[in-house]
Amino acid sequence: MLDLLWLVPVIPFIGFLILTLTFGKLPQLAAGIVGAGSIGLSFVFAFLAGSSFLGAEISSYSQTLWTWMSVGDLEVGFTLYLDGVSLVMMYVITGIGFLIHVYATGYMSGDPSFARFFSYMNLFVSAMLILVLADNLALLFMGWEGVGLCSYLLIGFWYKDPNNGYCARKAFVMTRVGDAFMAIGLFTLFVSTGTLNIQEAMLEAEAQWVVGSGVATAVTLLLLGGAVGKSAQLPLQTWLPDAMAGPTPISALIHAATMVTAGVYLIARTHVLYLLAPEVQYLVGVIGAITLLMAGFTALTQSDIKKVLAFSTVSQIGYMFLALGVGAWSSAIFHLMTHAFFKALLFLTAGSIILAMHHEQDIFKMGGLRKDLRWSHALFLIGTLGLVAFPGFSGFFSKEEILATAMENHDGGYILYLAGLLGAVMTYLYSFRLYFLVFYGKKTHDGHEVMGLHLQGPLVLLAIGAVFAGFIHIPVEGVFPEMEEHHPSVMAQAAMILLPMLGGLLAWWVFVKGKVDTEKLAGQGFGAKLHRFWFTQWGMDWLYDKIIVTPYTWLAEVNKNDFIDSIYNGSARAVRFCHEVMSETQTGELRWYAISIAYGLLLLVVLGVLL
Amino acid sequence: MEMPTVTMQVIPMEHGLLLAAILFIMGMVGVLTRRNLVFILMSLEIMLNATGLAFIVASSHWGQVDGQIMFLMILSLAAAEVAVALGLVLQLFQKRKTLDINVLGEMKG
Repeated sequence: MLDLLWLVPVIPFIGFLILTLTFGKLPQLAAGIVGAGSIGLSFVFAFLAGSSFLGAEISSYSQTLWTWMSVGDLEVGFTLYLDGVSLVMMYVITGIGFLIHVYATGYMSGDPSFARFFSYMNLFVSAMLILVLADNLALLFMGWEGVGLCSYLLIGFWYKDPNNGYCARKAFVMTRVGDAFMAIGLFTLFVSTGTLNIQEAMLEAEAQWVVGSGVATAVTLLLLGGAVGKSAQLPLQTWLPDAMAGPTPISALIHAATMVTAGVYLIARTHVLYLLAPEVQYLVGVIGAITLLMAGFTALTQSDIKKVLAFSTVSQIGYMFLALGVGAWSSAIFHLMTHAFFKALLFLTAGSIILAMHHEQDIFKMGGLRKDLRWSHALFLIGTLGLVAFPGFSGFFSKEEILATAMENHDGGYILYLAGLLGAVMTYLYSFRLYFLVFYGKKTHDGHEVMGLHLQGPLVLLAIGAVFAGFIHIPVEGVFPEMEEHHPSVMAQAAMILLPMLGGLLAWWVFVKGKVDTEKLAGQGFGAKLHRFWFTQWGMDWLYDKIIVTPYTWLAEVNKNDFIDSIYNGSARAVRFCHEVMSETQTGELRWYAISIAYGLLLLVVLGVLL
Repeated sequence: MEMPTVTMQVIPMEHGLLLAAILFIMGMVGVLTRRNLVFILMSLEIMLNATGLAFIVASSHWGQVDGQIMFLMILSLAAAEVAVALGLVLQLFQKRKTLDINVLGEMKG
């Protein structure tokens, strides 16, 4: 069954072709069946290939479909590579992707561009699968750019609102900054190791590079640039909150479960390089730690339900980066998987709430919805408990692993651990703030749950995943270096579990009991400044505006007439001048022509005599 | 009876060429100063014949036949040219009722 692996990325691509080449003429039912069905079929084949891979007890399997390009010594194959990590990613993408597609058939129902939506979605899944199954960095980069393109198309899906187009462009340009770094990193890696095949390049690098050498640092830093852009980490995180302009299933699939975790996958995939550059690896952890705190604080101030979730995504990916930074490779992938479940659940449930509230996204206009929206309430609670890592829920197992590894890491891991712990408190605080504001408090608007098997069905399955995914054992032994078992003391464990709960208590105390007037706190003096600072993501957007956008527009304004153009305009003007002079001689008088000929003849004769 | 030997008085080439040059310049002045299209054509004929004369003179001076052939060609060219040009002139006159080139000069750059 392993040789059916190629069907996994190809089937969604066929779905994309069918949906695109029918130019949206397909009726909604057929488009939904093709769109969601192709992902479902892809999941079936992923499952078949995966189970025979696990049954075969091999560490990796690769399948060459054809030679993509062959130039001189460079031979790039269209080769798929399956090992423990790509297997987990493949399951997440096809499995959760399928559930989200099914949900989307309900959520997007009645949209005039229904088929277009699913064609983009299928293309995305196909590109994402190529990204994780790629055997070489060129193919990985193709998938990487493919998902970026789909992300752009889907954020700007409702393109008639100019703001959506702006958000899409912002996401595209911001990630492109990271991609430029990544491309240079790939070139450098190729020059240094002479191969684009990931596994061979890792072996070459291990054999050639000295730990901490310049080339190792440069390559890992450049790859980190790409990862930071794609995964919305500091300093390129500003695009993700704006990406929420897209339809909610997009936010769940691309901007929570799969694409934004591609950076984590990239670093885990090239972890050998990071082991050769310990300083950069530590930097990965530091970026993760700062990002998770920044996003946590910002999530606390947002009023849009999707933006709160967006910042919590940034924050959770920060945890994954932190895990990568302390060498907990498998924990990072584990957290990636559990996060995909509970975050997809949260986003889709948020979508249901938004539907029930007639496209209202402001959490201050919700409240007291737990009676009206029983389903959404239960599902959202499960997702929230997963997110805050409540004991027994999926997030708990992965986050605990990360924190335990960070705690016992001796090279400065302790500070990362403290940041992670503080981040966990923040997670409780902002998650339950969101939960309480939506479902408790005074009811202001009525909500009417939109019911349907294709809406609640995937949600229930995702909820089951969000509860039990922590018990899944991910088959990544042999891919990552052996990790020593961590057995933190009971005290430390208790601290890790109980301390963050204080955040939840605080949220209850503030937002249910109403003991603190938050508006007053955030409205004046130092509180207002802090609120502003947090709300604007620590002023990052403002900073970029001042550093990049303003000088750029100034330059564009100054150079409006394009001084390079003046060269060409100048030559055109010279030609026109000559033309005007010459056309003066065309008087139309026969006499004038005759005498010119005569003088010309005279001139020639004189010249002939003289010379 | 002794006949006096008559030696042909050869006209020097310079005289012939001078005559050709004078004819040519006369023709040219005619082309430049005349306003009537028919007279311009006539002046052109004079110029053509002046060059023909120059060819004849040169040909007889060097005893070569090329110049005479050239003159025949110029002659036939002139005939053809006159036929076409007069046809055009007639058409023009019918259309515009004038042959004054100052009035007819319309093609300006």
